[in-house]
Amino acid sequence: MQTRTSIKPLTKLGFAVMLGATALVAPAVADPIKVAWSQDATGLDPHKQTAFSSIRFLELMYEPLVRLDVDANIVPAVAASWSFNDTATELTVNIDPGAMFHDGSAVKSADVRASFERILDEETGAASRANFTSIASIETPDDATVVFMLSEPNVPILTAMASINSAVLPASAIEAGTIGTEVVGSGPFVYESWTPNSNASLSANPNWGGGDVAIDGLDISVLPDETAILAALRAGQVDFALLNDPFVATLIPAVPGVQLVKKPVLSYHVLQLNPARAPLTELGVRQAISCALDRQDILDTALLGEGTVTGPLTMDAYRSDISELFCYERDVDKAKALLAEAGYPDGFSATIMAATGEPPTAASEAQVIQSQLAEVGIELEIQMKELNVYVDAWLTADFDMAVALNGGRPDPFTMYNRYWTKAGNLQKVANYIDDTLDSLMQQGREETELAKRQEIFGQFDKHLAEMSPWVWLYTGYTYAAAQDAVQGFEATPTGSIFGLSAVTVAD
Amino acid sequence: MPYPLRRLLVFPLVMFGVSVFVFVAIRLVPGDAITAMLGTESGLLTPAQRDALKAYFGLDQNWLVQFWRWLSGVLHGDFGISTTFGEPVLTVILKHFPLTLELAILSMLVALGLGLPAGIFAATRKDSPADMAVRVIAMVGQSTPSFVMGLLLIFALSVGFGILPTMGTYVPLTEDPLGNLAQMILPAITLGTAFASAVIRISRSAMLDILREDYVRTARSKGMSRRRVIWRHALPNALIPVVTLSGVEFGYLLGGAVLVEQIFALPGLGRVVLDAILQRDYALVQGSVLFIAFNFMVVNLLIDLAYAALDPRIRFEAK
Repeated sequence: MQTRTSIKPLTKLGFAVMLGATALVAPAVADPIKVAWSQDATGLDPHKQTAFSSIRFLELMYEPLVRLDVDANIVPAVAASWSFNDTATELTVNIDPGAMFHDGSAVKSADVRASFERILDEETGAASRANFTSIASIETPDDATVVFMLSEPNVPILTAMASINSAVLPASAIEAGTIGTEVVGSGPFVYESWTPNSNASLSANPNWGGGDVAIDGLDISVLPDETAILAALRAGQVDFALLNDPFVATLIPAVPGVQLVKKPVLSYHVLQLNPARAPLTELGVRQAISCALDRQDILDTALLGEGTVTGPLTMDAYRSDISELFCYERDVDKAKALLAEAGYPDGFSATIMAATGEPPTAASEAQVIQSQLAEVGIELEIQMKELNVYVDAWLTADFDMAVALNGGRPDPFTMYNRYWTKAGNLQKVANYIDDTLDSLMQQGREETELAKRQEIFGQFDKHLAEMSPWVWLYTGYTYAAAQDAVQGFEATPTGSIFGLSAVTVAD
Repeated sequence: MPYPLRRLLVFPLVMFGVSVFVFVAIRLVPGDAITAMLGTESGLLTPAQRDALKAYFGLDQNWLVQFWRWLSGVLHGDFGISTTFGEPVLTVILKHFPLTLELAILSMLVALGLGLPAGIFAATRKDSPADMAVRVIAMVGQSTPSFVMGLLLIFALSVGFGILPTMGTYVPLTEDPLGNLAQMILPAITLGTAFASAVIRISRSAMLDILREDYVRTARSKGMSRRRVIWRHALPNALIPVVTLSGVEFGYLLGGAVLVEQIFALPGLGRVVLDAILQRDYALVQGSVLFIAFNFMVVNLLIDLAYAALDPRIRFEAK
């Protein structure tokens, strides 16, 4: 006699529960639209949060004086207009009369001054302070005018002001010490709730000085696995999603009813060499590495060809023709000759570090670089590190070589003064500087005319590529996926999703 | 002294050991809350800015002072403030634990509901095609990683047939039981089927051993039906290894199932701990691990007590 009673009832129960649940699944509602991303913000203080994920979230609620449009041009935000004096030592900003905080109060010059004084106060711990140390004083002749008095000519300071890290906050909130715990911005969306690494809810700001917001708000969910985001898009349970992984993003065009919005970004993939460590101290060795790498091949293999090979400057207005840069065409023989001249005819061994998942292609990039350099006798040991461990090693320059995805800026000086000037805060990481680089950077900082700046930074680009303290590889894309009904989203070269303020939802 | 009381007395000692270990381990990992928040931008900070942030995160004192401050707080029920959530650590844990507990219970129901009957079914049909089929299914189930199973279920049931949600803001059981169940069923199946395979194997093997015992044969020879022998005599004894295995698994699940929580975007304790580690939210890591360790010890104690209930020969008398 046999027992046959055990499984069937349970199976039936399981299916019954599953089928019962079908009635619970509602289709996505586009109003407010459902947004998903894989990495959440790490805090609510716009002056302190520098991670991409935090900036993307905060710029929906806060506003800086100016912002960058889809072509990286500086356009009004809280400021309606601005002007430098002839010597670029005085920046006058006129505040938009329509700019209003979420609590209904108008944005005044006192708020702007209090915000920049907070950034400059070392007690705040604002990383962006480094961009504003040339501010000698801030004058507020009336409620609508702010004058920044600069200790030296500084045209790029306006670009630095386009970051959410220099957001304008209410002076009253700064005084009350509620920044970071309460969100009162002047941006297109109003904070409703946020549970870190889980979800957030924002409503449209009906009084936004920048115009009307056509959607009711945003329901944001954090889905750490981007494959799950893809599934949610397919199932119509997400209206709009941000994607980091090009392997997932390139699958979007095959999903019916979902559009992929992609845009070249300013951030750049780079192989950082450490010129303080032998044998990378030798110019010939660094140049040999530059010559031994096939940048397009790394791009095609690690990033599925989703990007463009680049020199140090990644912004359209300053980007060089790569054929004019040192060894941008792979030349293995030249690499071997350079190594021999430098005293390493048989190559050498070194380590290359990469952060796990940051960017998602880091491990692949390290592997392709490892295989290409092996052809000239350079044996690399790959060290994958958790992001914080990587950052710690990076900041102390405790590496031979590092695969990195570094943030870009629309202005060459703002982007690189931290590394390639003698007083640069991150010179200790770059570990290479020469008089030519420093001099060109200072000239670029003072010059106000675009054509002359392009010439100066063109020389900078060429010189940097030739000295090869790092080997610049390529720039990629920022990716957003949206249901076809969500229309009008435009991406920016900084990866901002501020464009959500302009989207509409079709019936 | 009764056994449970003796076990309870060991709790504080183990908890202290765990707290010291976690406190030191998380600080030995390179990086801190400042690098976690600012990344490479933290290189732009001046020494004064760095000092201000260290004071803000409570990192300006040496380890001993930090530990003493934290331990004194814990003894008074204050586990510190989570820098990520801006809330007391205990509040954060208690907010996320119900989900983890629910997922653990549902997973165990799936695992035991599928695994135990299948194991007994296979044992009572040893070497038959049905037995072979169950063993193969168990082997496949056990060797399929949970993230693969999770994604397959999402694509099959959510994308393919559209009968279950893939994601969405988590709805607590108390607010919307049906909505909650719709969200939890896939993760529970994902976790449960993996463990069901282990239950199948262990219950089948235990049952086969018991069915070979003399008292089973005696019961059968005295005319007792096969079904009665299996359910009345064999099963309770075969359950002991299953209870051990289930207890360990349940204790493990109470610590959060990180991968499954990641895939299904469930804000459970596993993700809280993972994110706290990545953010170097020391107070939250310490508090969560202590909470998980406590749960694990309680579950283990309950397992030991369950042995006695299942097998009267087992008694925990003081020697």
